Amino acid sequence: MRLELVKRKEHSQMMALLSPLIAVGLTALAAAIIFSITSHNPLIGLYKFFIEPLTQQWSLEATIDKATPLILIGCGLAVCYLSNNWNIGAEGQFVIGALFGSILPVLFPEFENGATLPLMLIFGAVGGALWALIPALLKTRFNTNEILTSLMLVYVAGLMLDYLVRGPWRDPGGYNFPESRIFSDAATLPEVFGGTMSMSAPITVIVAIVLAVVLAKTLKGFEIRVMGESPRAGSFAGFSAKGLTLFSFALAGAFAGLAGTMEVSGSLNQLLPSISPGYGFTAIIVAFLGRLNPIGIIIAGFVLALSYIGGEGVQSAMGVSNEIASVIQGLLLFFVLACDTLILYRIRMVSRRVPAGEASHV
Amino acid sequence: MVQQDRSGKDTLLDARGLTKRFGDILANDRVDLIINKGEIHALLGENGAGKSTLVKMFYGSLEPDAGEIHWDGAKVNIGNPAAARELGIGMVFQHFSLFEALNVVENIALALPNPGNMTDLANRIETVSRDYGLPLNPTDIVADLPVGIRQRIEIVRCLLQEPRLIIMDEPTSVLTPQEADQLFLTLQRLAQEGCAVLYISHRLEEVQRICHHATILRHGQVVRECDPTKETPASLASMMVGADVASVSASEQKPEIGEIRLGLKNLSAKAATPFATALNNISMDLRAGEVVAVAGVAGNGQGELFDAISGEMRVSPEMVQIDGIPSGTRNITWRRRQGAAFVPEERLGHGAVPGMKLSQNIVLTRHSTGDKLVGAGFVSDAQAGLMEQRIKQTFDVRMSHDDPEARSLSGGNLQKFVVGRELDRKPGVLVVNQPTWGVDAGAAALIRQALIDLARSGSAVLVISQDLDEIFEIADRIAVISRGYLSVAEPAADMTRERVGLLMAGGAETQGEVA
Repeated sequence: MRLELVKRKEHSQMMALLSPLIAVGLTALAAAIIFSITSHNPLIGLYKFFIEPLTQQWSLEATIDKATPLILIGCGLAVCYLSNNWNIGAEGQFVIGALFGSILPVLFPEFENGATLPLMLIFGAVGGALWALIPALLKTRFNTNEILTSLMLVYVAGLMLDYLVRGPWRDPGGYNFPESRIFSDAATLPEVFGGTMSMSAPITVIVAIVLAVVLAKTLKGFEIRVMGESPRAGSFAGFSAKGLTLFSFALAGAFAGLAGTMEVSGSLNQLLPSISPGYGFTAIIVAFLGRLNPIGIIIAGFVLALSYIGGEGVQSAMGVSNEIASVIQGLLLFFVLACDTLILYRIRMVSRRVPAGEASHV
Repeated sequence: MVQQDRSGKDTLLDARGLTKRFGDILANDRVDLIINKGEIHALLGENGAGKSTLVKMFYGSLEPDAGEIHWDGAKVNIGNPAAARELGIGMVFQHFSLFEALNVVENIALALPNPGNMTDLANRIETVSRDYGLPLNPTDIVADLPVGIRQRIEIVRCLLQEPRLIIMDEPTSVLTPQEADQLFLTLQRLAQEGCAVLYISHRLEEVQRICHHATILRHGQVVRECDPTKETPASLASMMVGADVASVSASEQKPEIGEIRLGLKNLSAKAATPFATALNNISMDLRAGEVVAVAGVAGNGQGELFDAISGEMRVSPEMVQIDGIPSGTRNITWRRRQGAAFVPEERLGHGAVPGMKLSQNIVLTRHSTGDKLVGAGFVSDAQAGLMEQRIKQTFDVRMSHDDPEARSLSGGNLQKFVVGRELDRKPGVLVVNQPTWGVDAGAAALIRQALIDLARSGSAVLVISQDLDEIFEIADRIAVISRGYLSVAEPAADMTRERVGLLMAGGAETQGEVA
C-alpha cells in the first residue's frame, strides 16, 4: 500500500477560502492536545491563548501593535512568494531598515523639523530594499539560492545592529547600557485614536489595500502571478524573470525596512541590541496563512500577533513555557501548507505488487 | 505489417502486450517487443511515440498497467531500478546524473550497491574502461570533463555491473562524430560478447549502421519491425512518420506571393546547454501570402529556432528581420507590436498558464498589442472577457463551463484557443511550433485551414512540424532542419517524402555546411 498525490483538475474556490480557517481549527486542536499532555486544562489554555487578549483594551492594542509589522512584512513577502522568489530574510531587512531609519535621530539628533519623520521612513524603506537586493543580485547574476543567501544575511544584519548599539551608536548619556539615545519627538511616530497605538497601523492598512489593488487589477500584478506559476509562460509574455526578482526583493525589503523604522520610531523609541521578536520569520507564516493576499494577510497578521500576546498570557497565568508560542506558530504554518496541498492534490491509495528483487535489496 | 518470427532464437527479453496509460493518453498500447542476446536493437519513433515510457518499464521506473515482461524465459516483475539492475538491465540516460564536485571513482561508487574498496574500484574502472575502448582516469573531477567523457562514466558505471542488456537513450546526441564512432565500436564489442543493447536514437543513419533490428513505435503502438541494414535512412524516416497515410498535395489556391515579411539571415546561436542544439547559419525569407513548413525530427533545433524568432532567445539584430526591420535583439513584446505572433510547442506552461482562466491567458500575449486590454497599467477584465468569448466562438473552443482554467481544457481545445488567440490579431507574421500536436483530427483540420486562410490574406506563416502529413497538406514551401542546419526551402510540389526523409537524416546538414 502506498499513498499517491494526484493533481486535481480544477481547484475549489470555497476550499481556498476555508483552508486557513480549517488550519487555525486544527492548530487549536493540536494546541489543546499539547496543553493536556503537559497536564494543563486545555480549555483554559485555549481561552487564555486565543480569546483573552481580545477582551481587554490594552491587550487588544498590544495585539494590533504586534500585528502591524507582521502584516507589512507579510505583504512584501507575498509579492516575493507569488513570483517564486523565496525571500526568507525579511528579519534582516527589518533590522537594516531600522538602522537606516535611525541614522537621522541617532547621528543628527538636532535635525528636528517636519521633514524628519518622512525622511526616516524613506531611509528605512531604502535600507531594507538595498539589503534585500543583495540576495536578489546574487540570484540573478550568479544563480545562487536566494533561500540560503537571504537567510544568512539575517544574522549579518543582527550582528551589525548589535555592534552599533554597543559601539559607535551607544547613547553617550546612557551609562554604557547597550542602547542608542532616545529619539526626539520629531522622530517619533505620532499616536492615533487617543491610545498607545502609533501611526504605523493605519499606514500599514493603506499599504495593504493599495497592494491588493495592484495585485488584482494591474499588469504588474498579472506579471507577478504569471511568473510565479509558470516562468516559461511569463517569458513568452515578454516579462523579465530577472527584473521581477529584483523588483519583488526590493519591494519586500522596502516594506520590511519601513516596518523596522516604524517599530523603532513608534514603539521602542530607540535602538536596542534586539528589536524584533522574530517578526521577519513569523511574517512568512502570515503571508501563507493569508493566502498571499494582502487582505487575507491583514487577518492572518492579527491571528499570529495573538499568538505572541497569548503566549505571554499562558506563561504568566498557567506557567506554560512561552516557547509554546513558537510551537503553535510552527503548527499553524504546517497545517496551512498541508491544507493548501490538499486543495491542489487529492490523496489516492495505491496497492502495490511486491516487485521482483526488492526483498534482496535494502 | 511485416512481423518477422524472431522468438525462440536466443530471446533475452520478451515483452508482451505492455500497456501504460497516463490520464487520457495511452502512452503504450499493447506493445510486443523481443530482444535477443547479442543484438543491437533500435527503438524508433517520433517524440511522444512512447519510447521513453516503454524503456522506463523495462528499467523499473514505471509499472505497466497491463502486459508482462519475460526475462530469460521467466516472467518477472520489475518493481524498481534496483530490481532491474539485479536482473542485469542497465540504462544510460540522456541526461546524466553525476555530481560535478566528485571525481570519477566517487561518482561510480555512489551508484554501485556494494562498491567495496575505493582503490580496487579505481583499478577496475581503469581496466574495464580501457578494455572497452572508453578510457577514463578515475581521479578526474567530473566538473572538469567534457560531456562526451561524462557519458563514458555513465556507460562504465553500467558495464561494471556486468549487464546483459544496456538501454541507451539518444547516446550520440551529445557526442562529436568521432566520439560517436568510438561508442559504436564499444557497442559492437558488447554485442559480440552476448550483451544486448536497446538503442534509442533519432539519427537514422547510425541506426542503419550499427543496429541489427529495429522496432518502430507510433502513437504508442508498434507499427513496424525491420532489419535496418536492409533499409535506407529515408525509408526508416517514412516508417516513423507514417508514409502509409495517403499524401495530400499542397493547397489548391495558388498563393499570391508578396514582399518579404520575415527574414532570417545567417541566423546562428550557440547551444545554451549541453542538451540544446546550436543553430548554424540559417537563412530563409518568408513572403506575404505563403505558408512555409520546417520539417525535422524532434530535437534538431526546432525549439531554438522558435525562440530565436520569437525573441525569447536574443541574437544579432540582422539575423531576424520582421518586415525588413532588424529585430534580433528586440524582446518578444516589441516583435508582437511589430505585427508578429507566436504559438509555442508546449501549450501548458509555455503558451498558457495552467492555473489561470482563459481570459487571463489572453492577457499573456495580448497585453501590449493595442487591444485596449491594458489602460494606465490596469488590466480590463471586461475586455479580456469579450475577447475570450470572441475567440471561443470563432475557433469553436469547447469548455464545460464559462472561462475555465487553461489546465482543465482538453489538448485539442486548448490548442484551438492558443492558436486562435494569435489568429484573432490577424498578425503579419505567424510562427507556429507543432500546430496540431496531440490534437484530434477535427481540431487539426480547423487549425490548418485557419493557418492557410491567414497566409492567403497577406500574412507570412511559418509552421514548424514533425508531422509530414500536415506539412504536405498546408505548406507552399518546405525546408528541413537537422542538427541546427536548415535546408533551402523548396516548393512543396517538388518535394517527396523520400527527399524530406533524406534531408532529415542529415542531408540538410551537408547542404548547410556547403552553403
